[in-house]
Amino acid sequence: MAHIQLKNITKKFGSHTALRNLNLDIGDGEFFVLLGETGAGKTTTLRIIAGLDKPTAGQVFIDGIDVADWGAAERDVALVLQQYSLYPRYTVRQNLEFPLKSKLRRVGDAEIAERVDRVAKTLRIDHLLERKTDRLSGGEMQRVSIGRAIVRKPRVFLMDEPLSALDAKLREALRTELKNIQMNLGQTFLFVTHDQIEAMSMGDKIGVLNHGNLVQTGTPSEIYNNPKNTFVARAVGSPPMNLVHGKLVSGRAVLDAVEQELPYAGKLGATVGDGRDVTFGIRPEDIVVDSGAPIAARVHDVENHGVEKILTLRVADTTLHATVSAQTKLAIDEDVRFSWNPEKVVVFDKATGKSLQHAA
Amino acid sequence: MAAVRTSAEVAGNRVAIVAVLIITLIFLAPIYWIVSTSFKPRNLSTTIPPTVVFTPEVSPFVKLFTKRSQLREQPTPEEYEAAPWWERIVFDGGEKVVRDGKGNVQWSAYPNRFMNSLIIAITSTVFAVSMGTITAYGFSRFKVKGEGDLLFFILSTRMLPPVVVAIPMFLMYRTFGLNDTHIGLIILYTAFNLSFSVWLMKGFIDEIPKEYEEAALVDGYTRMEAFFKIVIPEAATGIAATAVFCFITAWNEYAFALIMTNRRAQTAPPFIPSQVGSGLPDWTVIAAGTFLFLLPVAIFTFLLRNHLLRGMSFGAIRK
Repeated sequence: MAHIQLKNITKKFGSHTALRNLNLDIGDGEFFVLLGETGAGKTTTLRIIAGLDKPTAGQVFIDGIDVADWGAAERDVALVLQQYSLYPRYTVRQNLEFPLKSKLRRVGDAEIAERVDRVAKTLRIDHLLERKTDRLSGGEMQRVSIGRAIVRKPRVFLMDEPLSALDAKLREALRTELKNIQMNLGQTFLFVTHDQIEAMSMGDKIGVLNHGNLVQTGTPSEIYNNPKNTFVARAVGSPPMNLVHGKLVSGRAVLDAVEQELPYAGKLGATVGDGRDVTFGIRPEDIVVDSGAPIAARVHDVENHGVEKILTLRVADTTLHATVSAQTKLAIDEDVRFSWNPEKVVVFDKATGKSLQHAA
Repeated sequence: MAAVRTSAEVAGNRVAIVAVLIITLIFLAPIYWIVSTSFKPRNLSTTIPPTVVFTPEVSPFVKLFTKRSQLREQPTPEEYEAAPWWERIVFDGGEKVVRDGKGNVQWSAYPNRFMNSLIIAITSTVFAVSMGTITAYGFSRFKVKGEGDLLFFILSTRMLPPVVVAIPMFLMYRTFGLNDTHIGLIILYTAFNLSFSVWLMKGFIDEIPKEYEEAALVDGYTRMEAFFKIVIPEAATGIAATAVFCFITAWNEYAFALIMTNRRAQTAPPFIPSQVGSGLPDWTVIAAGTFLFLLPVAIFTFLLRNHLLRGMSFGAIRK
């Protein structure tokens, strides 16, 4: 159980800046997900918290104590990696015992055996205990690896894309399992991923990283519904948020591509000057395809996802994604008309990409 | 490889097999020569053409281990009866075993020189491999200032022929009283092998993902514990290979052993040929000494063969 704080963390590798002035606050018992692309600085953040790397500048606090001088062993964190995470040549049992056998912990043999057995049962790997790690499947390996983290009751769990190397079915199953484990243990989890579905489905809070900058932190719904800028808007959601250029003119949205108007019911209204160049963001599920709607479009592509269909609409020279119910019958190249849910429109400054709603 | 092979491929394969057989024979011939000579009676050892069919005997080995002198008068039948089997063999050869005043058998210097070789080769191998492994680990895992230059410097110690430094080394050793001492040769061979050991081990340790040790660090172990519990077992293959090479180098070294030692710490390589000079050389005894000298390397390599053959295979990696 721990409260993690990063203050003004900067990390440079030679001339490359991996993290720039990062501030992060992870509450006790929180499931915090760091979302970002490869190279955004997720793993670096994790390694700095674990004590494997030292920040170039800034401080790390665990439960309010500056841990700059603490080694990895003293910080009492558990690390689960995407791969290389199990000790080769050891059996599953030896892997699970390993952290408990550290001189730092002095756990009795009987207790070690009991704790290993309990964790093995929780993770359903008790039948594998005597097996060598090279004879495990990918999912089993990751379970053992998670087991090795849980068995020692650390203060924080740090997970570096633990599910990325698994196939889709297994990933989904372990996602739920991991979330359950976290709820049962009530522990602080910092989970790093590039997969926005993992972030949305597991996180109590999400932090979006872009090139070493923490762009936005918030609950999944805040991130989804009210992205701070166009980067976050595109990073979360599948398909991502539609971004179309236009202007706000007397409380109505004018789209540049077609020079046509759509209603706008956001709170910005008057605060944004008439005729200012903006970018409208609208989620695909908030686009309404209807024969009486104001703007004409042509169906460019139809993707059937079972529960719904994702349309790619061609409007003049831009494309928009829209989700419609699976029953909707539409053919490619069919002419349709669409509108949007005027309450769900997010307005970004066209030049900076920053959300005007956040400033307000 | 394709399951169906054309006749050309089959023919090519056969040619390759024949070539391998011929090369193997060429390499084995000198070994056969030494081994067969060491079991020959003396008069058959230098015949032209070489004797291939003969009754093997152990007299060369008996002669190798004992001090002998020419028999001036034949032993009495009682003496002959009382003598152990190996002494009779010496009598049969027209020699007698030298005994001291109390009647104790005088052994030759060979066992002693052989022991010197073992002590010096094993100790210097242990030193070179352990120091090399630790140094290589440091270079592999930590940012060392001027790493490239340092590694090149280590390598450069192998760039000039060792004999070039023989005379200065000899003078230094004389000043420090290291001539003809075990420790002197151990230091020398360790220094020779160290550069090789560092470079070879660095290659092996670079291959071990550092994530394993980091996991151990996070799990509550010190860097040292992680090194011994995780890195050493993973590097076993590399350590075995390096040890074999270092051992062979130290075991076979001739030039420095010849210059730096003459008695107390003399190793087998300079000792064996030194026996040629005295009188008419008995090639069977020299062959016997050489044959026994071959065995430790063969046994050592055989014991480590699994490590040498097994590639670097890391169990839990999924790439």
